[in-house]
Amino acid sequence: IPRGLDEAVVRRCLAREAQTLIQLSQVQRWVHSVFFGGGTPSLASPLTIAAVLETVSQCARLAADAEVTLEANPTSAGASRLAGFRAAGVNRLSIGIQSVDDAELQLLGRDHTADEALRTLEEAKKLFPGRTSIDLIFGLPGQSVASWARGLERLLQLCDDHVSLYQLTLERGTSLFKLVQQGALPTPEQDMLAEMYEVARRMLQDAGFRQYEVSNFARNGALSTHNLSYWQGSQYIGIGPGAHGRFVPRGSGASLREARIQTLEPDNWMKEVLAWGHGTRKRVAQNPLDVLEEILALGLRTDVGIAHQHWLQFAPSLSLWDAFGASEEVKELEDQGLLLLDHRGLRCSWRGLAVLDSLLPTLLNQLQGGKGLSRHMQTTPSRQNP
Amino acid sequence: MLARGSLAAGAWAWLAGVAAAAQPLRRAQRCAAAPVRPYSSRSKEKLDMSVFPVENIRNFSIIAHVDHGKSTLADRLLEMTGTITKTEHNKQVLDKLQVERERGITVKAQTASVFYNYEGINYLLNLIDTPGHVDFNYEVSRSLSACQGVILVVDANEGVQAQTVANFYLAFEAQLAIIPVINKIDLKNADPERVEKQIEKLFDLPEDDCIRISAKLGTNVERVLQHVIKKIPPPSAHTSNPLKALVFDSTFDHYRGVIASIALFGGEVQKGDKIVFAHTRKTYEVNEVGILTPDEQPTHKLYAGQVGYLIAGMKEVAEAQIGDTLYSHKEPVEPLPGFKSAKPMVFAGMYPVAQSEYNNLKSAVEKLTLNDSSVTIHRDNSVALGAGWRLGFLGLLHMEVFNQRLEQEYNASVILTAPTVPYKAVLSSAKLIKAYGKEEIIIINPAEFPDKNSVSEYLEPTILGTVITPYEYMGKITTMCQARRAVQKDVMYIDEQRVMLKYLFPLNEVVVDFYDTLKSLSSGYASFDYEDAGYQAADLVKMDFHLNGNTVEELATVVHKDKAYAVGKAICERLKDAIPRQLFEIAIQAVIGKKIIARETLKAYRKDVLAKCYGGDISRKMKLLKKQAEGKKKMRKIGNVEVPKDAFITVLKRQSNK
Repeated sequence: IPRGLDEAVVRRCLAREAQTLIQLSQVQRWVHSVFFGGGTPSLASPLTIAAVLETVSQCARLAADAEVTLEANPTSAGASRLAGFRAAGVNRLSIGIQSVDDAELQLLGRDHTADEALRTLEEAKKLFPGRTSIDLIFGLPGQSVASWARGLERLLQLCDDHVSLYQLTLERGTSLFKLVQQGALPTPEQDMLAEMYEVARRMLQDAGFRQYEVSNFARNGALSTHNLSYWQGSQYIGIGPGAHGRFVPRGSGASLREARIQTLEPDNWMKEVLAWGHGTRKRVAQNPLDVLEEILALGLRTDVGIAHQHWLQFAPSLSLWDAFGASEEVKELEDQGLLLLDHRGLRCSWRGLAVLDSLLPTLLNQLQGGKGLSRHMQTTPSRQNP
Repeated sequence: MLARGSLAAGAWAWLAGVAAAAQPLRRAQRCAAAPVRPYSSRSKEKLDMSVFPVENIRNFSIIAHVDHGKSTLADRLLEMTGTITKTEHNKQVLDKLQVERERGITVKAQTASVFYNYEGINYLLNLIDTPGHVDFNYEVSRSLSACQGVILVVDANEGVQAQTVANFYLAFEAQLAIIPVINKIDLKNADPERVEKQIEKLFDLPEDDCIRISAKLGTNVERVLQHVIKKIPPPSAHTSNPLKALVFDSTFDHYRGVIASIALFGGEVQKGDKIVFAHTRKTYEVNEVGILTPDEQPTHKLYAGQVGYLIAGMKEVAEAQIGDTLYSHKEPVEPLPGFKSAKPMVFAGMYPVAQSEYNNLKSAVEKLTLNDSSVTIHRDNSVALGAGWRLGFLGLLHMEVFNQRLEQEYNASVILTAPTVPYKAVLSSAKLIKAYGKEEIIIINPAEFPDKNSVSEYLEPTILGTVITPYEYMGKITTMCQARRAVQKDVMYIDEQRVMLKYLFPLNEVVVDFYDTLKSLSSGYASFDYEDAGYQAADLVKMDFHLNGNTVEELATVVHKDKAYAVGKAICERLKDAIPRQLFEIAIQAVIGKKIIARETLKAYRKDVLAKCYGGDISRKMKLLKKQAEGKKKMRKIGNVEVPKDAFITVLKRQSNK
């Protein structure tokens, strides 16, 4: 929530947009999860969180055990604020710790220290036991495999049951990008990044974590319901400036799923919500192939991959066998030990998961050019949106 | 015929620059040289050339190393004789092409007839401007054969350079009168005494014969004109003999067809005459004759000893080939000696950057070759680069000029592959000899390289190179030449500071980056020129490149056995950098026959997956993936290795900055 905006107005707008879009989607079943993320929602007042949750439960059926996650960063999440969020209905916390090395944190442009990060983690574990997640970044310029492993080792002693690992992507416009571009900092070697990822996967596995997605690890069943729904191709509504959604706007008589984006600039978004009840900037109808492509690209990010049953929910007349079973190129990927197509479904091997983006173009081309696609395109889309 | 090549230092560096707007050829000249001329305005009135008997005619050329002031001297001569008005703008009037003005070279010969009164006699002086460069030696030799003398211009500061030597010998061998001129005496560092000594030592021309001038300021230029009249003999030609004329240049005009520049060795010619070209045996009726001033100025007739132009309905420059002889269809004559068809010595593949531009490029190439029949064109198809052509050029500069004109005058951008030379093979296999219908074959495409077992000998083209350099760089240059398989033929100290080296080079060792290397080794001071030296036996091999055991056809190359490892390794390394890592390890190998001579390994990609993929990331990721999927369909597959087009371009393209 940008400075200078009246939070009360923002709050009303979030609630208003939630109401409009939930009604448009005509959600009939339960809402299983709510995720406050993007930017730093922990800067908002717990009142705002409560207001949005209130709206959701009024307009749809919000399950009593629904997962309600809040992204927090260590500087804006003191113990009392965390308690406030819990009181407002948040039951899962995702903390952007990133690193436990002050020099690295500085390099990343974070305004918290390692101590602050660890203190926040301690508090969070008390308030959200078993439901606290941490985000970590690897692949910083100058970082070695050993130093990364040491930091992770330390965090594994302290963390709760969920860890997300992200390789650093140098974003244009950041000072880090500039420093690397100018040669002041070294560009991390591809092979070293691969090694860091591999080492982390092994360490987490040894610590009892299941890698249920490319970047996400959980133990004791603490998977994030919300994030899992993205990778399984479930519908979701995005609320707030720049939010993305995927749902069928049945309220407007549509039967195709739409990819929707809300207006990015907060003040414009607010004006639009105040005028029309929502700030939807872009709507793209997804044809059955678009939906299937997402199911494929996202489903393979998970350890279980795409189960036959799951796929058939979206493509009743085009099984995974139909789509991929006869392909020489898919066979080649299987032979290389990167991909598996068997009685359970289609999924990546351990090695394959790390190079998924190189597998997907082949699979997407196969899906597009495969026999039976036209049959699938002709089927009614009503069943493609579980 | 590739014979001499001297490449201007600045010229190569220039190539990296961005092409300026194209400028129509003819207009460039009109703008610069349009002022009223006392003798030769473009009036409809035809001149009567019979007032110039042979004894009052002088035909001559100016020859010089690049930038020594040939074109400036020509400008002054034209001004002085009233051919063009003296203005600030007369800069290289005869250099009509944009590339010529920019690079300070002359690609296309231009001719100017001027009238000059000396001691009460009206003289007709024909200045035949030779292509001042390189690969155009054959044209130079034809231009010179229309002359009886030359002005040899040497820079008072730089002294004799490689091209000066080559030019001198051309004129000397043609038994022409030589007037040595030392130019730029106005420069602060001018040292005419030293240059006079060099000229005496190298060319055996007495010091006293040199005329010291400043073409820029006009100093002593009048004396040059007087020397032309006094020292150069008139042509020995008689109007009473049958018509015999040398074609020493031809240009193409969109409205009037081919305009041939001719020198009359006998007889006369006028509109309506039926003429025959000795080489093509084709007969034409003359539409127009005239002199070049330097614009076309029609005349009633042209007479023996004179130089001018002729238009006779030829539609392609190939119909009026340089060096050909024309005669009257009533009285055939023995053709003049020395005619050769243009023989390409450097080949390169040319492809449009995008296949959608193929037709535009095709029409640009066609238009350009209308004016330059020495470029040979064969359609070529590369699996990686698409449809294009294999073009043959007289030499490297010719290739550069052609490419540059395509870019500047036709706004076409092209991929030019690294140049190759024409090898030969002497066949031993009876079967192959029968198939080819001859024993000795030329190999242009490595795919046609015959196996060692059916060949008694491979041959490679050679050149005799002349390097003139300050003494201090001699060591480095000698080492570089030896590394390029050159054999030293001569070393001569031309004064206290400079040495002239002569080397026999395999041509292929010179076509890639030789000149740039020479210039950088000598801080720009060494000059280079070369002449054709025929073919020599060579241990040649065909080298293939394999990706995981599969041959990449478009990369096959013919190399000398001694160079195979270095070339193979360099290309393997370039491939390693150019091919993106894939899901498996890729062995990149240079292979001769079955023997692997160099190898690079491209390791498998171990991690390639987007870290964060949540709500907001999905649309962007899907868009990218679809684009990659599309790109994948277009990629060239060698076995299971995907090679993007860019990788081929990187490997095949001329490496300009080495």
